[in-house]
Amino acid sequence: MNEVLLRSLTPGVLGILVRRGADFAAAEDAVQDALVEAVRVWPADPPRDPKGWLVTVAWRRFLDATRADAARHRREDLLDEEPPPGPAPAVDDTLQLYFLCAHPSLTSASAVALTLRAVGGLTTRQIAQAYLVPEATMAQRISRAKRTVSGVRFDQPGDVATVLRVLYLVFNEGYSGDVDLAAEAIRLTRQLAAAIDHPEVAGLLALMLLHHARRAARTAPDGSLVPLAEQDRGRWDTGSIAEGVEVLQAALAWDRLGEFQAQAAIAALHADAPTAEETDWVQIVEWYDELTRLTDSPVVRLNRAVAVGQADGARAGLAALAELDPSLPRHAAVAAYLHERDGDLATAARLYAEAARQAPNLPEHDHLMRQAARLNARPRR
Amino acid sequence: MAKYLLLKHYRGAPASVNDVPMDQWTPEEISAHIQYMNDFAARLEAAGEWVDGQALAPEGTFVRYDGEGRPPVTDGPFAETKDLIAGWMVIDVDSYERAIELAGDLSAAPGAGGKPIHEWLEVRPFLTAPPAITDLPPA
Repeated sequence: MNEVLLRSLTPGVLGILVRRGADFAAAEDAVQDALVEAVRVWPADPPRDPKGWLVTVAWRRFLDATRADAARHRREDLLDEEPPPGPAPAVDDTLQLYFLCAHPSLTSASAVALTLRAVGGLTTRQIAQAYLVPEATMAQRISRAKRTVSGVRFDQPGDVATVLRVLYLVFNEGYSGDVDLAAEAIRLTRQLAAAIDHPEVAGLLALMLLHHARRAARTAPDGSLVPLAEQDRGRWDTGSIAEGVEVLQAALAWDRLGEFQAQAAIAALHADAPTAEETDWVQIVEWYDELTRLTDSPVVRLNRAVAVGQADGARAGLAALAELDPSLPRHAAVAAYLHERDGDLATAARLYAEAARQAPNLPEHDHLMRQAARLNARPRR
Repeated sequence: MAKYLLLKHYRGAPASVNDVPMDQWTPEEISAHIQYMNDFAARLEAAGEWVDGQALAPEGTFVRYDGEGRPPVTDGPFAETKDLIAGWMVIDVDSYERAIELAGDLSAAPGAGGKPIHEWLEVRPFLTAPPAITDLPPA
């Protein structure tokens, strides 16, 4: 049995229970129980209608739990009203679930956890392992999140932007633990893209696919980071790139540019270059200009300075950098890189070491420290 | 989401406001302190922010490699060592601000006279796994 296939049924099943009148928190628990039961039972006895099976089992679990809660009169009302199991507006339900799980009243960590469980069908244990926290902590985070959104009406329209932020966070978490969060984020974004026509949903999906395509090439066998320019482009996943480019082109055809589409366009230009030297940096700078216009983010301006350094020379990059706040994350790393290209190796070495001390993660720290060491090891003249 | 270490020192942190050593508290004050710590941990778990907490014995030993085929050299404890860690909590929170807020709460644990210790705690961010979308120059 394919676990991912099973989990893909989760939002539809949950949506049916909620539409039948189950409250979200209880329905979500019941669906989790049904998923666990399916993993146990299906290998020996696969159902003809997997979704119908899940709905039936989850509904029964929900009623049992409701009974245990001594809410007898409510249960009887529900039993009287029970509609026949059958096709339901699954697409709308899926979309509503995304909105609910990314509700603005939730912190981003809670929204991420709830989305992975209620939409993704992951178990609490899997989510806890992926985020390296105890299972009890994750269980509390999820039940608090469910309580927070319990008063939200299920048919209330939500904001796609908050959903996209949650999915971006899941993707960017990378790949610690047993669950491949990047692959899961792509699956959930693909599912969302099927539920709603929205250029930024497509833009985010394209961005994820284009970055995911480089994943194998980004890390050396010893775990160290390989910068884009040094990656073995033969190891890039051409299927993922082709899909990402196709999704991006369809998104851009809407002519409603957003930040994810612009970021994906930059990733596509990298993907398109047969060698690092053939990268179309002039076009990349243009996309960073668009991104700056869209987000006015200092991080974008920082990356733009790198691109300017490639397109117009290190001096131009340093001039662009001079306009930015030196306390920005990765500012020293960018400065080091541009100074090295400009031939000022002593300054570059000092800045690489400073950047290493400020690095937010270990592989980046090690990478930057190696850059400093490489320059410091050169014979002094 | 980010993990932070809340580090508690036996020695090496600036002096607390309520700086009476624990052996001079009343037994009830010690119980109240321990209760506060336990409640704090329970509240963190209920909030979905708890990762780990451990206390360390004050006595430790320094150890170093002494060459092929030789046993490690041990030394200490060094009385003059500035830093002596008493224990830690690891939290998983939404923001740096939240980490600071929680460290402030923890520092309010009661000591002598039932008054907050106002102990200095060190807040240290964890180095994480690299994000899937990074911008390592020149990428």
